[in-house]
Amino acid sequence: MHRLLFLLPLVLLAALAVGIGTKLLSGSDPQALPSALIDKPLPEFSLAPLPGRSDGLASTDFGGTPMLLNVFASWCVACLAEHPVITRLGRDDGIPVVAINYKDKPENALAWLKRNGDPYRRIGADVDGRTAIDLGVYGVPETFVIDKAGRIRYRHPGPLTPDIVDREIRPLLAELAK
Amino acid sequence: MTWRSTLAVLLLALTLAAPAGAIEPQEQLADPALEARARTISQELRCPVCQNESIDDSNADLARDLRRIVRERLTAGDTDDQVVGFITARYGDYVLLRPPLRDGTLALWFGPVALLVAAIIAMTLRRRRRAKAEPAPLSSEEDRRLARLLDEETAP
Repeated sequence: MHRLLFLLPLVLLAALAVGIGTKLLSGSDPQALPSALIDKPLPEFSLAPLPGRSDGLASTDFGGTPMLLNVFASWCVACLAEHPVITRLGRDDGIPVVAINYKDKPENALAWLKRNGDPYRRIGADVDGRTAIDLGVYGVPETFVIDKAGRIRYRHPGPLTPDIVDREIRPLLAELAK
Repeated sequence: MTWRSTLAVLLLALTLAAPAGAIEPQEQLADPALEARARTISQELRCPVCQNESIDDSNADLARDLRRIVRERLTAGDTDDQVVGFITARYGDYVLLRPPLRDGTLALWFGPVALLVAAIIAMTLRRRRRAKAEPAPLSSEEDRRLARLLDEETAP
């Protein structure tokens, strides 16, 4: 036993390498922050609609059924990248998708939706970004899953990919539908 | 004034000059006491976008919004703790540049000290064992034999 003690530093180094290696190769974003609001009720908010629309979005619109809340902006390139994924989620998975339009010029947002399609049941315009701050948003896009009791169950910072939808969002929606 | 004291005053002035951060003049509060508190709080809060900068230093849009919120809360009469609580309720403990002492951060706070203590204990034990392992003094028989061998060597 004592004679093998000299191997200890090597073993420790190997453990460290494996630990760092798995983290590096896992593909997870090291800058992604966990949300402080998981399992908490949505903060109260009430956002006006984009001009010419009648919807708007308020915290009272949630509840009854699980919903997906997407924070997007027309100036955000990653939002365009994830747009087909969001659209498919709303169309194929039958989950109501609503949105907060973050710090956008209304005319730009409307033109963006016209150009790229509008998968959202309701859109609230968060012109000064304060509602987003209440939600702990630190960059667009971000996507939340709200359960039927109106609690935040999941938050993904950054663009949604089909892989994340399969691995994280679909299983959660299946669980919430029970 | 001699050149020496001039230099001293100059150096002192340089050390006292506080870094301006990223605050724009229109962001500042009119009340210097409140503004000073806002600066102190902002320097303790991490910008969630740039992650290695405080919101006081960062030029990110979100940092500017958070600086504005800090000043709003202070003006509304919040204590410093309430302001920090307002931000951590939304962004979590992660935004605190000085992590709080909690169950989850015990290793962070005491890990280095624990490692140091463990290392000291290990070294002391090792030293003691080595001291014990020192060869026993020669027996009288061995002494005589040694003397004989030494004699043999010097005799011829």
